Amino acid sequence: MASTILEMRDITKTFPGVKALSNVNLSVEEGEIHAVVGENGAGKSTLMKVLSGVYPSGTYDGEIIYRGDECHFKGIHDSERRGIVIIHQELALVPMLSIAENIFLGNEHARYGVIDWNANETRTSALLKKVGLKEDPKTLITNIGVGKQQLVEIAKALSKEVQLLILDEPTASLSEKDSQALLDLLLEFKRHGITSILISHKLNEVNRVADKVTIIRDGRTIETLAKKDISEDRIITSMVGRSLDDRYPSREPEIGEIVLQVRNWSVYHPIHAERQVIKGIDIDVRKGEVVGIAGLMGAGRTEFAMSLFGRSYGRRITGEVLLKGKPIDVSSVSKAVEHGIAYVTEDRKTYGLNLIDHIKHNITLANLPGVSRHSVIDDMRELAVANDYKAKTNIRSSSVYQMTGNLSGGNQQKVVLSKWLFANPEVLILDEPTRGIDVGAKYEIYTIIARLASEGKAIIVISSEMPELLGITDRIYVMNEGRIVGEMAASDASQEKIMRAIVRGEGKAS
Amino acid sequence: MSTESAPVPKSGVAEDVQQGPRVAVSALVTNLREYGLILALIAIMVFFQYTTSGTLFKPVNLSNLVQQNSFIIVMALGMLLVIVSGHIDLSVGSVAGFIGALAAMMMVIWPLGPFSNPLVVSIICLMIGGAIGAGQGYWIAYHRIPSFIVTLAGMLIFRGICQALLGGGSSVGPLPAGFKALSSGFIPDVIGSLTLIPPVVNAAGKTIVGSGLTLHMTTIVIGLVAVLAYAYFGLRARRSRERHGYEAEPFTLFVVKTLVTSALALFLVYQFATYRGLPIVLVVMGVLIALFVFVTKRMTVGRRIYAMGGNAKAAQLSGIKTERLTLMVFINMGVLSALGGLIIAARLGQAVPAAGLGSELDVIAAVFIGGASAMGGVGQVIGAVVGGFIMGVMNNGMSIMGVNVDWQQVVKGLVLLGAVVFDVYNKNKA
Repeated sequence: MASTILEMRDITKTFPGVKALSNVNLSVEEGEIHAVVGENGAGKSTLMKVLSGVYPSGTYDGEIIYRGDECHFKGIHDSERRGIVIIHQELALVPMLSIAENIFLGNEHARYGVIDWNANETRTSALLKKVGLKEDPKTLITNIGVGKQQLVEIAKALSKEVQLLILDEPTASLSEKDSQALLDLLLEFKRHGITSILISHKLNEVNRVADKVTIIRDGRTIETLAKKDISEDRIITSMVGRSLDDRYPSREPEIGEIVLQVRNWSVYHPIHAERQVIKGIDIDVRKGEVVGIAGLMGAGRTEFAMSLFGRSYGRRITGEVLLKGKPIDVSSVSKAVEHGIAYVTEDRKTYGLNLIDHIKHNITLANLPGVSRHSVIDDMRELAVANDYKAKTNIRSSSVYQMTGNLSGGNQQKVVLSKWLFANPEVLILDEPTRGIDVGAKYEIYTIIARLASEGKAIIVISSEMPELLGITDRIYVMNEGRIVGEMAASDASQEKIMRAIVRGEGKAS
Repeated sequence: MSTESAPVPKSGVAEDVQQGPRVAVSALVTNLREYGLILALIAIMVFFQYTTSGTLFKPVNLSNLVQQNSFIIVMALGMLLVIVSGHIDLSVGSVAGFIGALAAMMMVIWPLGPFSNPLVVSIICLMIGGAIGAGQGYWIAYHRIPSFIVTLAGMLIFRGICQALLGGGSSVGPLPAGFKALSSGFIPDVIGSLTLIPPVVNAAGKTIVGSGLTLHMTTIVIGLVAVLAYAYFGLRARRSRERHGYEAEPFTLFVVKTLVTSALALFLVYQFATYRGLPIVLVVMGVLIALFVFVTKRMTVGRRIYAMGGNAKAAQLSGIKTERLTLMVFINMGVLSALGGLIIAARLGQAVPAAGLGSELDVIAAVFIGGASAMGGVGQVIGAVVGGFIMGVMNNGMSIMGVNVDWQQVVKGLVLLGAVVFDVYNKNKA
């Protein structure tokens, strides 16, 4: 019979003006995988920071009982000494140091400050074997992919004799394959008696590995489900506090003439010039239509979209773009924008927003001529535009003068969307429009997409979440290894069909 | 302000209620930051006014102060844009020195005929400054060589050419009087002067310098017009906000701000008027400051520079031509460095090998004291100008006090560090 390893009782944590956690309870049994789910901002990460001592004892109310002792962690070192290791969403590795150096950073095998590299590397090899990573310990972190970096983080945790491993959204930036490998690894650890807490947005993953699920909403524990009670619908209902029979808004598509046609589009890799990333793609999108592009990570979807948008990716780009039957020049971003093409990036923090400026300035950035005369900005008109889009896309902020860096993921995404809506495009390319945002905000984004389609925009949605594509699009292209390998009406499509198209790579299915 | 970890409010009602006062409070906080800097400048001025027994605000000294430091503020205007766009320019002092030397050679040594006319030479020099900026900006913008390295090279190159042009350690001069007027001249009194108290005439029939009180009326009129325009445009902007139904800053705050600024400006104008009027270089500087405030606050190109400094990739994907914009920022810097060089040469009346030496540090310090971020994307023209004046007043005040030049540097270094630490501390608290 398993015993309780961790018990968090009545945890309450207050930030100035905000109660982030109120009377949260969490009970984890030895050797289980316990998932913690909740919307963004529900308090999951805060709870884990309380547990690991990032918020030291005394800054919160409630008690933490770990292996029968009441603990008062003053910092991360205290919790790590007890074998509690947290792996944060944003990896904390030094890119220009080797795997071995990273694993033992601050904890090197050394004598009088002189590092014994042989000992470090031997131990690193052993740890890497445990996590199933076939890399030389001397390899620099910058030279391995994100998936492997995640494994290095886990190896680092193992080096600290971990007993309770906490993973904060570990698969957020991993490909499907790497995610699977990571989840398998968690199951493997479970067999060796390591307890894990998994924080995740992805309910299918939770479904697959978790023994128990605790759902947190608005800083409160809603319920803890045992394995037999776990179902996506149940979890979603608890997460959002309402039943989500309709996870996607319904719409009556009114599809018109062809707006955008891409013919024989080919792109080569920007650095490895001989590698062809996009291999002769043909697609078309109609007025009022939402077209999805499905595919696995690395299929070339983002590369395709970015190369189309002012050659923002790749070299030796060839092919033809036609807007309403006429060839157009999209060789620079400003030309693409002038022709009415907009691209909403998958990585809003890096490519979408100026995080140190406020909402108003971000919204008008792609269409400054729209709020200015003779290159002089009309402050009042700009403010009116910003307030208008804030209302239209339901951006939650104190005012349009709030810094975008302080907004939640969903609201940031709405700012990026607003920016492109104000540029008034005819074709809108949305790359992973709901990545990393919570269920409620997702629904709002879907509603905006549906409204835009009904206004007659041609919309392309790139997404790795197949249910999302099935739910909001009219037609789906399947992409794999730089080619379109399938095309199907959304009404005929299913996850199995899409996967089959990818696996077989069989020409056009329709 | 809500953070990632804070629960997102579910209804918009609560925020709408909060919106009004919160906007006002945040406006006050940002304004306080700006005023903090101006208050610091006033405090420093009062301090030196006291320690120099009233010499600082003497009309003669005010003219000197402006003439000695205007080149720093002129170059700081360009440096602000460079730093906001996420770069740095270490070459400005050397470029200024080189342009000064070039101008002197063209006017005094080389037989250029009509092309040695001061105005023609100045225009050519400004264009060459722009070309230098373009040369450096090209590598930075299109080849992505770090600006620190490119302009460090420029710093060495142009100091070297400056010294070589002047033939080793010698200076070239004297420069024509028409050219020197750029720095040491005053605007002509087209309206005529107004004598309030006739000067005392001594036994030998000569007037005693500094006695009596004569006002330079053109200066007074320009000052009054400028202050009225400032108040008018401030009021108009307020009206416009209110008419569109948006909250403006509290009226009392606006009135106090306008009155204090106007009073300060009028006091300074009066002081200039009792001497020989406004220095030409002050007028040049004033026009440039107004232009740069307008460009950064109201024009699309200014907005794009801030966006580029805040997130270059996002700016690029929003259709901003970041390479060309970077090039333009450096061309602008080159032109202003050249203008700085001309001002220095005009003030000295000759070109010397060490002209502008180390001034890049004063210029960069002025911009950072003024609140710009070394990461780019943040910084205000007025901040840089006030920062420049803080440096200038300290230079001038300490010189009058007789503080050793070595210790002046120590004090300036401490003020720079203190200002930035204060700024960072404030931001973290917010």
